[in-house]
Amino acid sequence: MGDVIAAALILAGVALSLLAGIGLQRFPDVFARMHAATKPATLGLILVLAGAGLRVGDRGDVAKLVLAAALQFVTAPVAMHMVGRAAYRAGTELSPATTVDELGESGDAPPGPVDGAAEAQR
Amino acid sequence: MTAATDVAFAVLAVAAVLCTVRLVRGSSLADRIVALDALLVVIVSGIAVHAARTGEGTYLDVLVVIALLGFVGTTTVARFIEHRGP
Repeated sequence: MGDVIAAALILAGVALSLLAGIGLQRFPDVFARMHAATKPATLGLILVLAGAGLRVGDRGDVAKLVLAAALQFVTAPVAMHMVGRAAYRAGTELSPATTVDELGESGDAPPGPVDGAAEAQR
Repeated sequence: MTAATDVAFAVLAVAAVLCTVRLVRGSSLADRIVALDALLVVIVSGIAVHAARTGEGTYLDVLVVIALLGFVGTTTVARFIEHRGP
């Protein structure tokens, strides 16, 4: 019974990885691709690690899996947030299908590279 | 369990190929970072599936290290493109 649950969790998590790969091919710009690529980074990996945790016997191994899952939960959103902000400030082209650009409307983040002086004033 | 992990490995291989194609084609540095991050997630998932298949935790240390190093690398390159442009 435990094996069946583990297999189901692993297959669900792995399917999310596949969806991320497809999304990376199909979506038009960096921000849409980021949206696809971050799903397996949290939910998909948690599912796979939970499935592996049901299978490994040692308690220390389960602790390592929990550590990896916790690290991923803390770091993945931060990392992708930084990539998105950097890509926008560096002037990456938005897809023509974009309908809302709140950063551009607010005037907070002018397109184009931000130099050190402008960052210090903020 | 072996059949399920076989399927999981096959699906992960397809996902890794798709990520690698985006990593090579890119079109901007940010695209490549996103693809590389997704590829690292696929690698970590692969290690976890291997641990589930064999039931032994020999490679779980590698899993933790890759998860950490992926964050450091992604953050560093993000800082880099913020100042340099795409």
